Amino acid sequence: MTETSIIISGFGGQGTLFSGQVLAYAALDNGKEVTWIPSYGPEMRGGTAHCTVIISDEPIGSPLVRNPDVAVVLNLPSLDKYEYTVKADGVLIVNASLINRTIERENIRNIYIPANEIAEEIGLSRMANMVMLGGMTYMKPVLTLEMIKEALSEHIPARHRRTLPMNFTAMERGYAFAQEAFEKVTA
Amino acid sequence: MTTLHQINHQIVYQRPESLSDTNTHYCPGCTHGVAHRLVAEVLDEMGIREKTIGVAPVGCSVFAYKYFNMDFVEAAHGRAPAMATGVKRVLPQNTVYTYQGDGDLASIGMAEIMHVAARGENITVIFINNAIYGMTGGQMAPTTLPGMKTTSSPLGRDVELSGFPIRMSEMLATMDGAGYIARGSLHDAKHIRKAKKAIRIAFETQERGLGFSMVELLSSCPTNWKITPNEALDFIAEQMVPVFPLGEFKTNPELAKLRV
Amino acid sequence: MSKQLLKGNEAFAEAAIRAGCEGFFGYPITPSTEFLEYMAKRMPELGRAFVQAESEVAAINMVYGAACTGKRVMTASSSPGISLMMEGISYLAGTEVPAVIVNVMRGGPGLGNIAPAQGDYYQMVKGGGHGDYFPIVLAPASVQEAINIMGVAFDLADKYRAVVHMIVDGNMGQMMEPAELPPMRELPKKPPNWAVTGAKGRKPNFLSSIYIDPVEQEVTNLRLLKRWLEIEKNEVRFAESGLEDAEIAVVGFGTSGRVASSAIRTAREEGIKVGLLRPITLAPFPEKRLEEISKQVRRILVVEMNSGMMLDDVNRVVQGRVPVEFYGRMGGITPLPDEILDEIRRVATNRMPVNGDARQQWITRLEKIVGGQA
Repeated sequence: MTETSIIISGFGGQGTLFSGQVLAYAALDNGKEVTWIPSYGPEMRGGTAHCTVIISDEPIGSPLVRNPDVAVVLNLPSLDKYEYTVKADGVLIVNASLINRTIERENIRNIYIPANEIAEEIGLSRMANMVMLGGMTYMKPVLTLEMIKEALSEHIPARHRRTLPMNFTAMERGYAFAQEAFEKVTA
Repeated sequence: MTTLHQINHQIVYQRPESLSDTNTHYCPGCTHGVAHRLVAEVLDEMGIREKTIGVAPVGCSVFAYKYFNMDFVEAAHGRAPAMATGVKRVLPQNTVYTYQGDGDLASIGMAEIMHVAARGENITVIFINNAIYGMTGGQMAPTTLPGMKTTSSPLGRDVELSGFPIRMSEMLATMDGAGYIARGSLHDAKHIRKAKKAIRIAFETQERGLGFSMVELLSSCPTNWKITPNEALDFIAEQMVPVFPLGEFKTNPELAKLRV
Repeated sequence: MSKQLLKGNEAFAEAAIRAGCEGFFGYPITPSTEFLEYMAKRMPELGRAFVQAESEVAAINMVYGAACTGKRVMTASSSPGISLMMEGISYLAGTEVPAVIVNVMRGGPGLGNIAPAQGDYYQMVKGGGHGDYFPIVLAPASVQEAINIMGVAFDLADKYRAVVHMIVDGNMGQMMEPAELPPMRELPKKPPNWAVTGAKGRKPNFLSSIYIDPVEQEVTNLRLLKRWLEIEKNEVRFAESGLEDAEIAVVGFGTSGRVASSAIRTAREEGIKVGLLRPITLAPFPEKRLEEISKQVRRILVVEMNSGMMLDDVNRVVQGRVPVEFYGRMGGITPLPDEILDEIRRVATNRMPVNGDARQQWITRLEKIVGGQA
């Protein structure tokens, strides 16, 4: 099947919902079917916030999945919650800056990205979500980095537009980090 | 032969156009009829009948729509101010008023009346306060006087058990959205004339877009008070007025120039 | 116009505006609040009426008043708020004035929770308010379908002077999907002749649900009933897929119908001949089509996010011709495709009659799942 499901999860305020929307915009702009569905309500205000994005070549039925193809986890509660739900041979992207344990599963592909440290190097710790998104794009190239950058520049809220170059750098750094880590392994 | 009609061809008193040519169901001695007429005279004098939409309540005046000769809607119990808001917001050029009793306005409809005033909704409310539920047969109202006997306070309203009467005009006068709030009485000719003046000012408030306006009218209910019509008028003057003082409680300064 | 990524509640609100909605009256409640927030911004821009009411009770009565002027007006709320509105909805129906009411359903009863549910089926479909009346109930399953159905909702309300409910669940309200909005419709130049607008040069109009004389009330009830029979004849809407050669039919509406379609796709890949009937109008219910299906398939599976409410309607139509099974999740839990796939597999291999109550058998299966969660 040509359907890819992605869960992005973290603390409220880490930008998980927005990075999911960026993916959704990129999918739409490139002629894909897509759904984006958030956790909502009290969770939005400080607790864990997550969203599910499904990208497909065909009309999408369920906007929710039990076992996603990809989980992007930005904090420890999210890893605890999603480590065992990711599909076998699926992808798990772990924010190593805030998660101090390694994963237990062996039948998935994973990477630890120090997203907050990388974001701080760029100069804006808020960018950790974009670092993670960049890393995900390398690990699961359902959309290219260029497509996502294009979507972000189209849909970033006006008040954040000045941060666009930093967002791009964050994504590129995340992508490069994942690429480097894997090339090292396969070299 | 000259007919009486020809001699008296000058009409000095007739049914206002804003009233329908029909009999009311009100009991003998009830002042609802007087209140209806005052509203109708004011609408005629202002020449706004054809753009006025009335909102009838649930209570004794549930049939008000039959007695007024203008477009009317019928609200659920207590919801007339909300319904009037809906009408007025989509037809802001029209004149919109509600006609409500004390159970409707001060009990079940308390939230709606307070908020319509708070929003400064440009509508007019005619509030009939007769200190009792008439339609259902004389139960205690939120405006029933302490010690007053009703079918649901058979020994007299005990304030320890069922609290005190609510003074709506005083309360609504505290609302910034209110342009004009007055309490009148219908117990004698002098007060009826004053009441009409208040009703005129209330509708003028609406026409000038000065916000919410309400006239509370102390009204009689001989049937449920179980006294004669004349005694009922005395009851208003002697018992009700001391609890519900008459007067204007809020007047937008722009209304001061008004001569009615 | 091309597709945009639209959030459910906001898209429904914009669709209502483009369908000619001139008055919105509401009260905040999760998960429908974005509807109100969107209207708060957009309606004043267009010079149209918006009021955040003091309660749902006031909101529906504002809708009632505004509806009496003949303009297209609406409210949107979620389950507990809709319960509060029920009195006013009955009055709207009794007065025969059109209004559109959106219910973004959540878990209940009581305060329940804010998660998506379909537990208001009875309340919406069977009336909910007091007295004899028949609301039209539309249940779209995607943002695009909801946008399209919003225009239909207003048209039907006007055509039949009826209350039209559009019901979705929290998933639909909160999710984003690519969708295309219709162009802005022109507002009508003249009000309908029954509306209250001020009796200028005509006899007064009076709008009410009061018929003190029972004879008059009965005449009104009869008129409403006959109008409903017209609606049943003319306005049935449904979507279906894969039923041509199906041996198993799944029946589900809204999100549960949509989730079922994912499961059906996989089941088809496994060679199971299964199709989907997804009612879009829950009232009127697609009885004729369901009856035809029940003469073709071997077995029917009803999937809902409640305790089996539409199941009763399916049973009423199927009349025992084939076994009808049920799978539901309640309390704000959305079933996932794998659950429904398991059910389809089970149903496909089950050749036994349903002995006793399908709901009872479902409870036994559900308790294992719920037990596993606890």
